Amino acid sequence: MAEEASRPFAGLSDVSIPEDIPVEGDISVPVGASRRDDEYSTLDEPVKETILRDLRAVGKKFIHVLYPKRSSALLRDWDLWGPLLLCVTLALLLQGGAADSDDQGGPQFAEVFVIIWFGSIVITLNSKLLGGTISFFQSLCVLGYCIMPLTVAMAVCRIVLIGGSGTVSFAVRLVVVTASFGWSTFASTAFLADSQPPNRKALVVYPVFLFYFVIGWMILTFSPSQ
Amino acid sequence: MSAGSGNRNTNTEPWGSFDDNLVQGGGAAVIDMENMDDTSGSSFEDMGEMHQRMKEEEEVSEEAAAADDDSPEDGEFLGMKGIKGQLGRQVADEVWRAGKRQASKAFNLYANIDILRPYFDVEPIQVRSRLIESMIPVRMINFPQKIAGELYGPLMLVFTLVAILLHGMKTSGTVIREGTLMGTAIGTCFGYWLGVSSFIYFLAYLVNAQITMLQMLSLLGYGLFGHCVVLFVTYNIHFHFLFYVLWLLVGGLSTLRMVAALLSRTVGKTPRLLLCGTLSLLHMLFLLYLHFSYHKIIEGLLDTLEGPNLSPIQRVARDVPELTLNATARSLGVTLMSH
Repeated sequence: MAEEASRPFAGLSDVSIPEDIPVEGDISVPVGASRRDDEYSTLDEPVKETILRDLRAVGKKFIHVLYPKRSSALLRDWDLWGPLLLCVTLALLLQGGAADSDDQGGPQFAEVFVIIWFGSIVITLNSKLLGGTISFFQSLCVLGYCIMPLTVAMAVCRIVLIGGSGTVSFAVRLVVVTASFGWSTFASTAFLADSQPPNRKALVVYPVFLFYFVIGWMILTFSPSQ
Repeated sequence: MSAGSGNRNTNTEPWGSFDDNLVQGGGAAVIDMENMDDTSGSSFEDMGEMHQRMKEEEEVSEEAAAADDDSPEDGEFLGMKGIKGQLGRQVADEVWRAGKRQASKAFNLYANIDILRPYFDVEPIQVRSRLIESMIPVRMINFPQKIAGELYGPLMLVFTLVAILLHGMKTSGTVIREGTLMGTAIGTCFGYWLGVSSFIYFLAYLVNAQITMLQMLSLLGYGLFGHCVVLFVTYNIHFHFLFYVLWLLVGGLSTLRMVAALLSRTVGKTPRLLLCGTLSLLHMLFLLYLHFSYHKIIEGLLDTLEGPNLSPIQRVARDVPELTLNATARSLGVTLMSH
């Protein structure tokens, strides 16, 4: 038996180990590591629970945007589900504008989609270039979630527009969109500003301002087809 | 213990140096293996490193050999020149290798961002002062003016222009077949910025002006500030007179500033005329184009709405009495003839 055990080493006989290193130790199989994986396993849970858990996480982040205190919850576990949801909702609400019938002018679904994602990417790259310490997807997540006030404003505008499109309705829409635009900008700045060098906050905020301004303006000028 | 002794007895030849450690028993044998794995692993790593190092050394020695190969004949035939050529070649090799390393680095996104970062190294106050300076032409053309090589301001101005253009297109009801308004606005603005910068840089290269591509991009980018102001005002206030005044005043000032900066970096009359004439022509015409192509349409629409509605009525109004007059005259004539 001892001979058999020694045979595999025969080929390595010329490897020399200095004698002053004691060759000893004890055998211990790491058992704890595999058990930790089991706790996080979501393979055998019902699909409903999985979806509900994700939705709950998205809902929590919505609350963070509505009440923007300087917390890092939105930054720490980012996801892109919320932004996708908001973006699709906004694009669907903006669909079917007045000019849409004769195939011109009105914001198309794809256009809204592209503006939101392209704009977020540009802002993120800009903040990276200015020396921000935030990761790419964290920034996308924050910018996407902060569209929420504008989406709400869009829904309100649609409801107001059902009542009619006179001067009063325009005034109401103007107030609502301006408020939500300010809210979006303020919330995203609250989350993003900490990751920037203090003297350059204005440079980072400007593209964010422009981005939400364009979206807000699109919402304000929207008029449904008769 | 017996196993240990067995080990000792049988392994004397291949494991000579391990004898003392193996005395402790069977468990120790397994540990030996673990230790062996460790050492062998590290030795493999060492091997890898060594292999790489050897390769590099080989490359270096090959290059040196190549240089040596070249040197004798060069040295024989050209003497001092040969040594110079060798030095030049070595420097060129060095530069080429450094360039290769840089290029391979540039493939990495983060490395890319790091490369661009110096151009975005500005303070808000600097940006503000540069925006104001872009409207103030400096009358100093004997000494090269300082042009900041920075891209944050120009990039943001181009995006602002895109937003303003989008606004103008929407309010004027521009119809674009085969494409979105957004794409057209972005294409126009970036196309102008990059295209005209490259073109002027090419011209500057031809006439030997002292300007780099980066400076050209920055200069033209800040020059767009005037366009932004003018278009933002005139897309919202529809006075033709106001537009022409602003076009001449604001657009002219920002163009003059660029022209002055270019003049100070060019020598000779013809080059100056060529370069500055081209730039000012393109810059002023671009503003006119942006204004009228996305603003005139609203007037064009009004014309087409009002024009056809008014003229047929007038024509009818003019024609109907004649017709009736003719008809009555004819009927009168007919009645007269018959009677």
